[in-house]
Amino acid sequence: MSEHVIGVKTFFLVWIGLMIGTIVTVLVAQYNLGPLSAVVALTIATAKALLVVLFFMEVRYSSRMTIIAVISGVFWLGILLVLTLSDYISRPWLTYPTQ
Amino acid sequence: MQDSHATAVHALQHHFADMEQQRETSTFGMWVFLITEIMFFGGLFLSYLVYRLSYYDAFVAGSSTMHTMLGAVNTAVLICSSLTMVLAVHNAKMGHRKLTVVFLILTMVLGFGFLGIKAVEYHEHWVAHEVPGPNFHFDHPDAKHVEIFFSLYFAMTGLHALHMVIGIGLVSVITYFTWRGRYTAGYHNPVEITGLYWHFVDLVWIYLFPLLYLISHRHGGH
Repeated sequence: MSEHVIGVKTFFLVWIGLMIGTIVTVLVAQYNLGPLSAVVALTIATAKALLVVLFFMEVRYSSRMTIIAVISGVFWLGILLVLTLSDYISRPWLTYPTQ
Repeated sequence: MQDSHATAVHALQHHFADMEQQRETSTFGMWVFLITEIMFFGGLFLSYLVYRLSYYDAFVAGSSTMHTMLGAVNTAVLICSSLTMVLAVHNAKMGHRKLTVVFLILTMVLGFGFLGIKAVEYHEHWVAHEVPGPNFHFDHPDAKHVEIFFSLYFAMTGLHALHMVIGIGLVSVITYFTWRGRYTAGYHNPVEITGLYWHFVDLVWIYLFPLLYLISHRHGGH
């Protein structure tokens, strides 16, 4: 059979998960967790993004070729972010005798 | 069933072996397009992060002016629109024409709701002289770099809003064709890939919301 039909119940469960994630991230943002604020907010965002990609966009039930395309896209985005940010973040670590 | 089989054969383009291959190809093609979109928005996210690292205080000051409640409501509106979109695709698969149309219309209504709330926020920023340009005014020792924050804010949310407008346009076309009975349980690829586009726009907002609205805390020492 070509198409995988996901039950409507799954969609509502995913929706509830996304709404809870949104409420939690807004509540947590009221507290100053220092540098952890960004980490917590982006972790919750990534969990929500995974729910959307896997179930709403049905990647979990897609062909291998689609899954490989999605993973490679995210991987390339990772190269862009990680390599550039590791440069910018580590620049202040260096000190030169002339400074 | 005889009818839907006839439509299915009619819907098959001659360069595909069968409906399954045709469906696979359209999904794959849409994903390749979405990956170019990921890279496109990725560049903006990267510049936002690099500037935020460089001018941390100015970015925290700019981000503190965001209306978190409106942003949160808009996030919820988008998540609900993704749910109605997914239900529309589900009903298209089942061959329920009328329900598909209902859910597609609901999706568009929620999309307009999002844009309306966004317009209210833009208006607040306009009134407060927070729109970059000659009228920009901000009480901060580093106002020049707060202006960079607002430039990125308007570029990112503006492009996201443009994607919403395009999404609503696509959904309206799909709604028309669904209503006219072009899609069946056997052939509904356009509904599915429009759904993929809609969810992608939701995904972008899932990251924009925390980055622009939520993580604006002054850390000790700054």
